Amino acid sequence: MMSVQLKLDQVETYIGQYHILQGINFEVRKGEVTVLLGRNGAGKTTTLRTIMGLNPASKGSITYNNEEIKSLPTYHIAQKGIGYVPEDQGIFAQLTVEENMKVAMKSENDETKERLSYILNLFPDLKKFWKKHGGLLSGGQKQMLSIARAYVNDNDMLLIDEPSKGLAPIVVEKVMDSIMQMKEKTTIVLVEQNFMMASTIGDRFYIIDDGRTVHDGPMNVLKEDDEMRRKYLGIA
Amino acid sequence: MELLINLTINGLATGMLIFLLAAGLTLIFGLMDVLNFAHGGLFAWGAYSGTWIYATTGSFVIGIIGAIITGLILGVATERWIIKPVYGNHIQQILITLGLMLVLSEMLKVVWGPNQISATAPSYLAGSWEIGNVIIIKYRAFIIVVGLLVFLAVQYILKNTKIGLIVRAGVMNKEMVQSLGINIQKVFMLVFMIGAGMAALGGVLLAPYSGVIYAEMGLEFAILAFIVVVIGGMGSFPGSILAAILVGLSGSFMAYYVPDLALAVNMLLMAAVLIFKPSGLFGLKG
Repeated sequence: MMSVQLKLDQVETYIGQYHILQGINFEVRKGEVTVLLGRNGAGKTTTLRTIMGLNPASKGSITYNNEEIKSLPTYHIAQKGIGYVPEDQGIFAQLTVEENMKVAMKSENDETKERLSYILNLFPDLKKFWKKHGGLLSGGQKQMLSIARAYVNDNDMLLIDEPSKGLAPIVVEKVMDSIMQMKEKTTIVLVEQNFMMASTIGDRFYIIDDGRTVHDGPMNVLKEDDEMRRKYLGIA
Repeated sequence: MELLINLTINGLATGMLIFLLAAGLTLIFGLMDVLNFAHGGLFAWGAYSGTWIYATTGSFVIGIIGAIITGLILGVATERWIIKPVYGNHIQQILITLGLMLVLSEMLKVVWGPNQISATAPSYLAGSWEIGNVIIIKYRAFIIVVGLLVFLAVQYILKNTKIGLIVRAGVMNKEMVQSLGINIQKVFMLVFMIGAGMAALGGVLLAPYSGVIYAEMGLEFAILAFIVVVIGGMGSFPGSILAAILVGLSGSFMAYYVPDLALAVNMLLMAAVLIFKPSGLFGLKG
């Protein structure tokens, strides 16, 4: 059995006065793609933001490689080796693609250059528009840049929030292919509404409903359970 | 023609002084989302400390360096103890920095007395050059050159260094910068220090230009600097110099041709920008 890399235990988070996460429990095993599923507003994005310390948890425990990270500042959590691809992609619109990558790169040693070269081969569009401002890229290219930025450092886990959102089907396919390839090199936690995509990539799933994890298991089980999909995801 | 050149030089010199104050304000505003009403106080402290050091040592250069160091020290102290506890809360920021502005002004009176203090330029910067029929006052040309050099130096840092890149990225999306593993708090402190240093430099340069310094000078110039930040665009460094020059020139020309409107013109410029481009001429936000 693969080792547990990230573990959330009874995590609760408030945003202002709203009690968004009311008991999130899940484990992410090394080398796997864990998919968080659930309806809009269920708490999936907040879960990723809580892991990153952007919406700090008020209760519970978050451990990464057996170390408690719940109270750490965001930059420190990122330095532990967690890359984050937010829902809005977080592109620095007035910086070029090159500058966006440079902000992210902790160092410019051989290993980082190798990773940069790998990711640019995976997303050739980024190489093509290297000197173009991030804000001028298409939705798909922005998504690729955001994933590339999270990957370029020696991160051993990526948190990716709805990479297919707002993209044309052909672009979704491209993004999905690249995540499939990256899966061989890093652990991934994916929030995804597109069940087709999630079920193709994912190894395990967790369903979040009203701020709580309500079901989990291998992805194959969910693929075959029409009733559960209908109940929690609204799809048959 | 001579008149136009003189009015332009006056306007540029005033613009550069406002720029030195506004540049820090816009970066602090843009990067840290902090409304620092005490920035003018740092400007006034630069003027007083620099003038005093100049008078004591007899060296204007040492006076300038002393003023910048004073600004840096006050900048660190302000960021650590006054601003840091109120990050993210604009109302508290306004109240506490306005309070600090008053404290800084009053402290000047405690240290150097309540009366105005006269200031003069060193002999090598006094007087003027006569080129044809145009008289160029040396000290004004000096201010313009210093302002431009500061602009070019900071612009170089912002464009060509990693820390500059982080500052520019931070102005656009602080949260993302932190998510990339960068300790933005350290960047905040650095930017605040540099902003305070530039404000203090502006203050010490203003002293011989206006001939007198007084405790409330910071507040008067801070209002112009806030107008410049709004016109140039929050967080835009190039915007701050262009808007400062615009404000300086319009003030200089209006004071000559339509003196009654000299004070109103900056407000009118700001109102026009707010109506037609609320994010400012070069705004990175909004």
